[in-house]
Parts: sequence; structure tokens; C-alpha cells
Amino acid sequence: MTHVIEFDSVTITYSGAERPTLAQVDLAIEEGELVLVIGETGSGKSTLLRAINGLVPHFTGGTLAGTVRVAGRNTATHHPRDLADVVGVVPQDPLSSFVTDTVEEELAYGMECLGVPASTMRRRVEETLDLLGLADVRDRALLSLSGGQRQRVAIGAVLTAHPRVLVLDEPTSALDPGAAEEVLAVLQRLVHDLGVTVVLAEHRLERVLEYADRVIHVPGGARPLVVGAPADVMETSPVAPPVVRLGRLAAWSPLPLSVRDARRQARQLRERLHQLPARAVAPTAEPAPVVSVERTRASYGAVPALRGVTLDIAKGEIVALMGRNGAGKSTLLSTLVGLRRPDAGTVRIDGVDPVTLTGPRLIGRIGLVPQHSTDLLQRDTVAAECADADRDAGVAAGTTAALLARLAPEIPADAHPRDLSEGQRLVLALAVVLVATPAVLLLDEPTRGLDYPTKERLSGLLRDLAASGHAIVVATHDVELAAETATRVVVLADGEVVADGPTAEVVVGSPLFAPQVAKVLVGADGADVPLTVTEVREALAVIG
Amino acid sequence: MTAVDVRTPVAAQPRRTSRLPRLLHPGAWWLWAAGLALAASRTTNPLLLLLIVAVAAYVVAARRSPSPWARSFGVFVKLGLVVIAIRVVFQAIVAAPIGTTVLFTLPALTLPEIMAGVRLGGAVTLESMVAALYDGMRLATILICVGAANSLASPARLLKAVPAALYEFGLSVVIAVTFAPQLVADLDRVRTARRLRGRTVGGVRGTAAVALPVLEGALERSVTLAAAMDSRGYGRQAQRSPHARRLTAAALLGALVLVVIGAYALLDASAPAVMGLPMLALGFTLGIAGFALAGRRSVRTRYRPDPWSWPEWGVTACAVATAATLLTLSITGVPGLIAPVDPLAWPAVPPLAVLGILVSVLPAYITPPPPGRAS
Repeated sequence: MTHVIEFDSVTITYSGAERPTLAQVDLAIEEGELVLVIGETGSGKSTLLRAINGLVPHFTGGTLAGTVRVAGRNTATHHPRDLADVVGVVPQDPLSSFVTDTVEEELAYGMECLGVPASTMRRRVEETLDLLGLADVRDRALLSLSGGQRQRVAIGAVLTAHPRVLVLDEPTSALDPGAAEEVLAVLQRLVHDLGVTVVLAEHRLERVLEYADRVIHVPGGARPLVVGAPADVMETSPVAPPVVRLGRLAAWSPLPLSVRDARRQARQLRERLHQLPARAVAPTAEPAPVVSVERTRASYGAVPALRGVTLDIAKGEIVALMGRNGAGKSTLLSTLVGLRRPDAGTVRIDGVDPVTLTGPRLIGRIGLVPQHSTDLLQRDTVAAECADADRDAGVAAGTTAALLARLAPEIPADAHPRDLSEGQRLVLALAVVLVATPAVLLLDEPTRGLDYPTKERLSGLLRDLAASGHAIVVATHDVELAAETATRVVVLADGEVVADGPTAEVVVGSPLFAPQVAKVLVGADGADVPLTVTEVREALAVIG
Repeated sequence: MTAVDVRTPVAAQPRRTSRLPRLLHPGAWWLWAAGLALAASRTTNPLLLLLIVAVAAYVVAARRSPSPWARSFGVFVKLGLVVIAIRVVFQAIVAAPIGTTVLFTLPALTLPEIMAGVRLGGAVTLESMVAALYDGMRLATILICVGAANSLASPARLLKAVPAALYEFGLSVVIAVTFAPQLVADLDRVRTARRLRGRTVGGVRGTAAVALPVLEGALERSVTLAAAMDSRGYGRQAQRSPHARRLTAAALLGALVLVVIGAYALLDASAPAVMGLPMLALGFTLGIAGFALAGRRSVRTRYRPDPWSWPEWGVTACAVATAATLLTLSITGVPGLIAPVDPLAWPAVPPLAVLGILVSVLPAYITPPPPGRAS
């Protein structure tokens, strides 16, 4: 018996739902496999993951027909706590799952529950600290850790119980590219060296696809799962990373899964694209800036967050603000919107200091969609939220609802904002902010938890807004979003601007910020590379 | 060849651990603080009280733990000063004066007949001010002793040391303690969001509107946490026979009944003596046995439990010595423990009391130093 996870004609129906979320699922996962679960938001990925350790249905309710066996134990007769020694589950937001307050105690918590002897516990904690590179922070409070460190602690906390299966729900979605690679390297090591079976769901396929042994595509709507080798599943999957879409466009076979694979097949395409005339340089008419930041400094206590940032943004620009976690992106955004008074320097929005603005005068000039878009939404129905937004902005009743209907017609007016999907919530927050027609729109990490189709819609929306004269600033870790949308990229590091220029110039040369298409197509001369699949398609249409 | 036998390496065995840097068992520090607080409660002599504060401050400075809790000593000292101020002001306004040395006279308020005996304002005497100061100092000193225990061993660490049967209680407190800062952060975010939508933040309406999303967020987080704890094995229980279960329940219930009877008999002078202390003692014994039985049901083990060895015994002995000295002196009525206020006089300092309090400074030397504050 080599199958560590077995699903035997499993059908899961939540109470009150008309249709089952998953229907007739047969699945067998072998020891030591790294399985990637993909699918659009709300398709049932999380349900599949949570069924592995019995959280569905023991914790969530609903009915499960068929059998799920993990390491020979039936989840119908075993509660999640009885499976804790064979399945380790790392939830989406590590911070909300921490039980204790320091790294070392968190690592030991699971073992304490399982009754592991004290000397064994001590040894495993030390091993795990080394394995995950956490020895330097062993005494630190969990709240003081960076995003990547927290994610590694969350993985370590389940690893110490020596589970045979590790289940992760979007482990890299909140992380910057560097931290994401740290986490993925750890997972690789677990699979290769320790033979742990890893099942992970992720929206950012460009980060994880190349590591997967098998891919499970959950199409949603209770349709049958598509299970197979990554290249086979990617042939037809509607969710696919840029490198796969490039491969489909160029009809490469086998379909490349990594930048390395693609580069080998891309020589011909590179040569064809080389005939392309140099990209038309955008007219540098230098319109008057609508955002003007000059030598601005800000700090949290003794820790400097911004050290003299100077930045001008004009109407119609889409600026991607990049940089690792803690580089000062969020601080810059809150300074722009007047939530923080800078320690030194000036900030002007439309010629006015944002700190002095309140009420309609503020939201008519600048709007911010925060990282947790739920924060903006405080009512219990979408309709009430829209009515509130009309009143705040002083516009005719029904304006927000009409705007929302144009952006996302499928959102029901009587739904609770918290019941919407991540993408729908973002669009609702966006509508609420946009109805006041701010000259400047700021978004903090908007693509967290968004699937590819939603992301594409967001990009289109942002481009339309910029074309109609809004200035847009997007703080993001998502290099593909930046390549797809931004006209300009500003990279922050330690509170300083380290790069500022047109998207192509900034990202192509960077190993961390380059989008996949640019990595595949960049030539020896490094000039004028398309950044997205769309750009390649357009270029090929020109060449013919 | 089924399981590898892993022994604790020789180097990790407790051998001459008394001088290696480590944190003392939190229980020892709380006992030590209780000893000092008990001593403080037996005297109003300002010199002795100041000595107790000095001893507490010295030990805290020498053996403070590296955790953020350690900074709480200063907060407790400030709290003590506030207590003294309140005590003195109340004495001046409300309480009946002692002595005859009038300092100044406050405008007096005549109260209706029914409240005769209550006085507001009037003459303020030096004697009553000094008495209030002494009394306030005693309260403040007890508070500072609690603060000292807080900085030397955080309450969270103390909770870790509770018996297995009380583990659930300890855990809920730890979770509440970590939840609080997150709740504050949530509140901050939601208030920020209100400003982003161009609304007022303050006022009753503003606060009410903020409360709902914050509570919803907290609820969502609790559900996530519960799921995470369940999938990490929280609440696993060892298989036990119904017989053992019934025995545990009977022991705990019996203990409760005995304690109630004992306490009642102790307070009611007409009850026969045999129902008092003996019942209470029997009840507590049965209760401890019940907890031990209940603790066996849990399969939990402890990660790096704090050891209780010679330094802990030493600290306990110091605490007992200090408390016992002051208690004995207070019972035998040695002059100087209660400072004279009417007539006012400089209090005598009983040397034995000074010696008794000074014993409690020894923990600054006999305990191992805390580990470095590097991180």
C-alpha cells in the first residue's frame, strides 16, 4: 500500500447548498509526491484540501459521501485531532493559526498535544529550527516576524509532529518573490530528502508549477477533477502561468513549465521578435504631476520607514510600487493618503497636503483600497454598502450600484460582503472608492488570493481607469501584474527609491522582478523584450 | 530494529546547573514576591516600606527576564505613586481628622441629617495626612511587589506551570493575551478605513460603526484558530475506562462539598469544631487527588518545563524567612512596626525587621543569571 491519501468516490455537499462542491472524486496520492491543486476562486480547492485531514466535514459541517483514507485511517471515524500525527495542515494566514506567542513554543505545541516525550520534543525542535533556518529567531515573538518567517514557522509547527502528509493552502500568496522562494525551497527539501507528501493549492502558478510532480485541476461546479502530469493538465487548463500561455501561443511541444524549459525552445521566437522595430518611445510631454512627493521621511519610533523619497506621478500613469516586505511600500501609501504625517519633506495631492483633507474633499482627490479590502466594507449587504458610498461621495442614489454592475454584474445586491469571493470583495471596495472619482487611486497588494481570470479583469479595469485620466499606484509583489498593467515601476528598498523608470527598463534587468515572458525572451543585448503574452501576440500579428 | 533509543546526551543532563544562565521557575519568583508583599502588609513604617521597595527593585534590576513583560516594573511603580496620591487626597476631603495640628481648612459642606457622620471638607491636620501617606505607601509597596513578580516571571510563564487538569484554563488565558493586541490592530485598521471613506472617526456613531466589523473579524479569527488547533491535535484524550472516569468525577465533587462545609463551619462560630478545619483539609486533599486523576486523562507532555531545583528552594526559603520575621514581630507587638502618627514621631527601626527584609535581597545573588537579552 503505497498510497498515502485515497479518495474513493467522494462527494461533498455543504448544508444549504443546492449542488455538491465536489462530486465523485477518486484520487490516490503516493508517498513523497508534490501535488499542486489549481482552480479558480471558489471552485472547491480549499474543500478538497480540508477533506484530507477531516476538517471537512467534522469542522465545517456538510455531508461527505464516499471514503477518504489517510495513511489507512478513515476520516469518517477519525477527527482532525486524531490525524494530527499523519497530516500537517498549514492554513492560508499563518498568523491567525498561531496558538502560542514565541517561535520555539509554537514549534513544540503540536508535539505537546500528541504527547511526544520531552527529550524527543527538544531534539525535533532543534532539528526543525535548523531545517527551516529559524535558529536566529527562536526566542522572538511571533508578531515580530516577517511574512516569510511566519510562513516557515507555520510549516515548522506542523513538521515537528513528523507528519507523512503536508497540506498547504496558498503558502506564497502573501509573500514577496524572495520570501516565496525561501518557502518553496523548504518544501522541495522536505519532498526530496524526507519523503514527505506535499499537497498545496496556489494561485501563483508561475512560482510553483515547475516543482510539481502532478497537478490536480479543480474545475468547479462539481465537474470531474482533471489529474495528471503538469504538462498534460496545462494543455487545457484555463488557469495557466504566462510561460505556459506563451508555449501554447508558439505551439511548443512539449509544453514548457519553467523558464528554463521555455528558453531552450524559444530561440526561433526570439529571432522573429528581433525583427520588430524598436518600441515607440512614449511622448515625454511631462504633464503636470498630480502626486508630488519630495524628500519625504517617515519612521516608526526609531525605525526609519522612508528615508527621503522623491516621486512625481502624472495623470494616466500606472505606477507599480515594488520591493520586499517592509521596504516602505505601505508606509508610502498611507503617507500619500494623509494617514501619516511625514517627519520631513512635503506631500502634495493635486497641490494640497493630504493630511489637511477630510470627508468628501479627501475621497474626491485620493482613494486607497487597503490590503484587507474587507476593512472598507462595514455594512451587512452589498446594497447597503453602495447606498453608504453614494452618501459619502454626495452623488445621486444608485450611482455606486450602477458602477458596480458595470464592473462585476454577477455580484448579488443582497449578499453579505464577507461571503463574497476575494476578487468580488476587491471589486466592491474598488467601486466604493471610485464612485467619488478620486484623481489618484492607490491599491495595496490587490492580487492576493486572486485567480488568473480575475487578475486579468483587474488589469483591464486599471488600464481603462488610467486612460480616463486617473493616476494609479499599485503596491504589489506580483511581477506579472506589474508587467501586465504598469507604465512605470518604482522599486523601494529600506525606505529609499532604488529604481524608477518605465516598466520594461526596470523589470527586464532584474532577476526577481522580471516577468516570466521577459525571462524567456530576453536576448544577449537585453533590449526591447515583450513582457506579457498579450504583447507577444500583438508583436507576432505585426510581423505576420 | 523498530525504534531508535534516544537518550539524553550527558552534556544536557542537569549537572551543576545552578550557575548556568537560565530563567528561574516562575512559581519561585511569585512566592518571593508574595513573601515581600506579606511583610509589607504588616507594617506602616515608611522606612521599612521603602526598604522593601528597594529590595524588590534591586532584585528586578539583577534578574529581569528578557521578555517584553520585564518592563512592567516601572508601570507598577507609577501606579503605586498614583495610589498614594489618591489615598492622601481622599483623606483630606472625606475622612475624619486625627490629631490637632491643623495645616489648612477646606470649605466644609453641610450634609443632610440622614448622612450624619459623613464629612466633606473641613480642617485638614498634619497627623491625618501623614497617616494617609503611610497607609498609601503600604498599598503601593504591595502593588510594587506584584510588579516585581511580573517583570521577573511573566504571567504567561506562570500559566505554563499549572497542573495538567487546569491546562485548558491556562491556554484560554494565553490565547486571550495574544488576541488582545490583534484586536487593537484590527480596530486601528477599521478606523483607518472609515477615514478613507471620508467619514468621521470619533463620536458615539463612529465607535458603534467600528465595533461590528472588528467583532466580525475577531469571530472569523477564532474559527480559524479553532480549526488550526483541532488539526494540530488539541483535545486528544487517552482512552480511559468508565470506572476511572466515575472515580475522578466523584473525587472532584466530594472535594467541592467538603470544602463548602468546612468553609461554612469555619465562619459560623456555633458549628462544631470538627466540621471546620479538618473538613477543609480533607476537601483540599481530595481535590488535589481529583485533579491528579483528571490530569492523567490528557496525553499532553510539556516542552522544556521549568525545573525546580536548589535556587528555587533558596528563593522560597528567603520569602518564608522575610514573611515569618515580620509576622512574628507584628504578633508579638514589637514597637516600630506601626509608625506613630498621633502624636507624630520619627518611627523607631526594629533591627530584626530590617534583617528579615534584607534576607529577600539574597535571590539577586543565589539565583542563576537570566539568559542574554540578545534577541
